[in-house]
Amino acid sequence: MSEWRLYEVFVRSKHGLNHKHVGSVHAADAEMAMENARDLYTRRNEGVSIWVVPSDAITASASDEKEVLFDPSEDKVYRHASFYKLPDEVGHM
Amino acid sequence: MYAQLVETGAKRLKTKEEMSPEEREFQEKVDAETKIEPKNWMPEGYRKTLIRQISQHAHSEVVGMLPEGNWVTRAPTLKRKLQLMAKIQDEAGHGLYLYSAMETLGADRDEEIEKLHQGKAKYSSIFNYPTLNWADMGAVGWLVDGAAIVNQVVLQRTSYGPYSRAMIRICKEESFHQRQGYKILLDMMREGTEEQKAMVQDAINRLWWPALMMFGPHDDESPNSQQSMAWKIKRKSNDELRQMFIDQTVPQLEFLGCTAPDPDLKWNEETGHYDFGEINWQEFYDVLKGNGPCNRERIKTRKNAIDEGAWVREAAVAYAEKQKQRAQAA
Repeated sequence: MSEWRLYEVFVRSKHGLNHKHVGSVHAADAEMAMENARDLYTRRNEGVSIWVVPSDAITASASDEKEVLFDPSEDKVYRHASFYKLPDEVGHM
Repeated sequence: MYAQLVETGAKRLKTKEEMSPEEREFQEKVDAETKIEPKNWMPEGYRKTLIRQISQHAHSEVVGMLPEGNWVTRAPTLKRKLQLMAKIQDEAGHGLYLYSAMETLGADRDEEIEKLHQGKAKYSSIFNYPTLNWADMGAVGWLVDGAAIVNQVVLQRTSYGPYSRAMIRICKEESFHQRQGYKILLDMMREGTEEQKAMVQDAINRLWWPALMMFGPHDDESPNSQQSMAWKIKRKSNDELRQMFIDQTVPQLEFLGCTAPDPDLKWNEETGHYDFGEINWQEFYDVLKGNGPCNRERIKTRKNAIDEGAWVREAAVAYAEKQKQRAQAA
């Protein structure tokens, strides 16, 4: 509960896929966070692996930083394969 | 609907011209179906309304375990008992998904639960009715979870990202609830004794109207509904949702070979929908105000669960502390 630490939960749904954020749990320690995450987020074979991370250990980009962080990549169209037009004769590349 | 009356604080809708630049940008995002995320700017009214709505929804899931918990020790077979426990565990899970979503808005879970215990926060009126016979477990799964699905499927498209994602997760699990409930009733109707069949009809008679009340009062032109719709934290009107539920439920009712306790219920060829009788709104408001058959008992049970479980939470903290100290000493 609120006197307990908040942990973010990430679940790998299948071997070969990456862990994906699914939600959060409160717990007294990491071990308990793992048990709670198991009970809460994987009741129906949703995963093969779980990460629990203290929420306050995550550094997130702020919404007002969106322009600073992501705009510079917008004018670099030459980073995309579709920028380079090749003759049809070359075939699939 | 699990959140039946949500105050938005709006007296009337603001026009685009009256909005501050931030408000306008926010509304344009919502209009464009861009999800709002926890760190985005949002109007204070939006935040507060969502906290109210999501906490009501979460409380409903949690209190919703109680009418079913009544039958865990009385389930007719081990198989039914396991199914019922799985369903109840899901409800606890749904409550937690929703409390998590609510916390992303800066609300404190313990504070919101305390409001529930003090009678300041609401939960769905449906859970204030008693579950008197085993067929009630079937009728609750079929009708109550069925009504919840109609509401929740629409809420998957709600504008607040964490709420929408919780809804998607919940909807995946709800259809198991509804089908297991219907199967209970179907088995009783097909293989049961006359007495057992009568139990099914009795359960439907008692729960039919309360299930229809779950969608909340008639829609009006109230600023609350308008504001919630504009913010897209409500996507369809109460009456629309209720009609959808009735249209899909009546054929299932007929398949069971049962009837609804509503003489006005009949197919309307012209509209392509079922007509139905008027809900007893006095009863609805009475139950919402805390005077339903089980309101006091439900809150008392919730409080007891928290109070009597205090030592478990304290022990968990003490254990974690001890483990930490041991790790440091080593």
